[in-house]
Amino acid sequence: MRSMIQTLTHLFHRTAGFQPASLPRFKRRSVEKTPATPVAGWKPAVRWPTSIQLFLAPLFTLALLTTPAAAAIVINVDQGATQPLPIAVPAFNGPAVGGQIAQVVSADLERSGLFRPLDPATFKATPGDVNVQPSFDDWKSISAQALLTGQVVSDADGRLSANFRLWDTYAGEQLLGLQFSSTNENWRRVAHKIADAVYEKLTGASGYFDTRIVFVAESGARGRRVRRLAIMDQDGANPSYLTDGSYMVFTPRFSENSQEITYMALRPTGSNVYLLNIESTRQETVGHFPGMVFAPRFSPDGRKVAFSAEKDGNSDIWVMDLASHAMSRLTTDPSIDTSPSFSPDGGQIVFNSDRGGSPQIYVMNADGSGVHRVSFGSGRYTTPVWSPDGKLIAFTKQEGAGFHIGIMAPDGSGERILTSSTLDEGPTWAPNSRVIMFSRETSGAHLWTVDVSGRITQPAPYPLAASDAAWSPLLH
Amino acid sequence: MRFPVRIAVRSTLTVLALASLAACASTPKPMGPAPTQQPPPPQQQQEAAPTAAPAPAPVTEQMPSGPIPGSVRDFVVNVGDRVYFDFDKYDVRNDARPLLDAQAAWLRQYPNVRVRIEGNCDELGTREYNFALGARRANSVKQYLASHGIPLARIDTVSFGKERLLDTSGGDPAQAHNRNAHTAITEGAR
Repeated sequence: MRSMIQTLTHLFHRTAGFQPASLPRFKRRSVEKTPATPVAGWKPAVRWPTSIQLFLAPLFTLALLTTPAAAAIVINVDQGATQPLPIAVPAFNGPAVGGQIAQVVSADLERSGLFRPLDPATFKATPGDVNVQPSFDDWKSISAQALLTGQVVSDADGRLSANFRLWDTYAGEQLLGLQFSSTNENWRRVAHKIADAVYEKLTGASGYFDTRIVFVAESGARGRRVRRLAIMDQDGANPSYLTDGSYMVFTPRFSENSQEITYMALRPTGSNVYLLNIESTRQETVGHFPGMVFAPRFSPDGRKVAFSAEKDGNSDIWVMDLASHAMSRLTTDPSIDTSPSFSPDGGQIVFNSDRGGSPQIYVMNADGSGVHRVSFGSGRYTTPVWSPDGKLIAFTKQEGAGFHIGIMAPDGSGERILTSSTLDEGPTWAPNSRVIMFSRETSGAHLWTVDVSGRITQPAPYPLAASDAAWSPLLH
Repeated sequence: MRFPVRIAVRSTLTVLALASLAACASTPKPMGPAPTQQPPPPQQQQEAAPTAAPAPAPVTEQMPSGPIPGSVRDFVVNVGDRVYFDFDKYDVRNDARPLLDAQAAWLRQYPNVRVRIEGNCDELGTREYNFALGARRANSVKQYLASHGIPLARIDTVSFGKERLLDTSGGDPAQAHNRNAHTAITEGAR
């Protein structure tokens, strides 16, 4: 009973040429963690009846035992753009929102570049009762290797629950059976959670669809642009502004709970770094400094903010404890020291410095000790960002007239250039460390995404001018 | 609902704020000097204030032929409010010294004037690095003026990084223009 849709974990490992991931092959983070961390508004994921749990358990075991080489279906992330997995996502049964959920799931999977949702017009069957095994021949005949079926129930109290099952059509097996519940107006998040569950099941990597993006929305003429802080769902839905454009804003970054944003504000009189709670809209400054203050970023536990403060022309990196407001200075070199980004364990900080004569990437311990340079390639390196899994550092590289987004291991080895244009900058990681969003300035700045293989580069789902995106962690 | 996002802002505020932003957009300088050349040192008599007319003029309104001495316009036109830098550098270039000497002389002449040095960068760098680089440029000019007799207390600095581009046409000449420090008069001018 071997599943024909194999986990892609091993391919992820191979992609960037770095040390193998230590992630368990079947990390089911969002779906399994949900019950453990109940949050208002979210009902824990409910398992299917015992018979299905019994069915699932041996399936996991078998799949774990199956070696990667035995995979019958291979989606190589290196070729993600050319061989995405064909998947059928028919409208979920139930009220009209079932069709909308299927569309959102389908769009999420397609945008990852790893899946090719099939055109519903080609479907030969309409799935019946979600609890009844579908007729796999109908789906195999249109080359759907995976099939997602679902049922939505919306009750009078405004609650919505979606049951869904993921099928391997060629093996004739159920791969996943889960239920997510929320309120009716939260249907998009339900859809994103379903997409995450499918992505995780079929790739072995954690999902990233139930996330949001904070960014700088730009308008007006270049050189005199109005910049507003804005936030949207990862798929571009629900965009809204957080500031009014009366002052310039830059480099927003999420805290670990996705509820706080730190960003830089710039007025003619100087700059500030703010902490903004996006739910309460309460805002405070990290403090007042004699010179410029910029490049803020939260520590992974959300308890500290690192940033650059400038005095008499010299920019150094500081860190502030948000509870005590105690500040400590981490760098003292008379050079530019900026763009700090913590390692996910909080123990180290990667940053940008020109202490060697040109901007390069350095790593230090979180107390400022042990500074060492990690970028040694040709060109100028800036905007380092540590990946959430700790294995990579994304950066902007400037060489000749070109700007590139690249990745390297934290020790500087294995540099890989992912993008190229006249001005790419400002990478941010999706929480699964598989996708990077960045700004590309051509005729106006726009947000783009690239996967870590560098094969899947595409505009982010926000059509207007924007820059300085920051990806939230997975929402809870 | 878990994530109500509130727009933190009122539209009236927006209008006011945008208006003030426009007002703050510094004195427009449509075209700077050629980047490799600083403007000539001020010629003190070049734009002298109009003297009394030698003969009675017809009764038509006549604008003065030059800026009022001690005015922002006087500073911009007769002294020059911007010096330029080399790529990724922040040291004051030799060809910028005459203009900064003239700025210092003018500021000594009008001791109530306060200035803000605004450091600017080209597009050939990333945002955060350029904020740091612009701050260095602003500080270089500040220290230069201080060493020529202007009290530090009269000089503020700010870095606009690459966010206030003078010239968005791209290319080397445009980028050379964008690498500058602008001396903005914030108070005390006539």
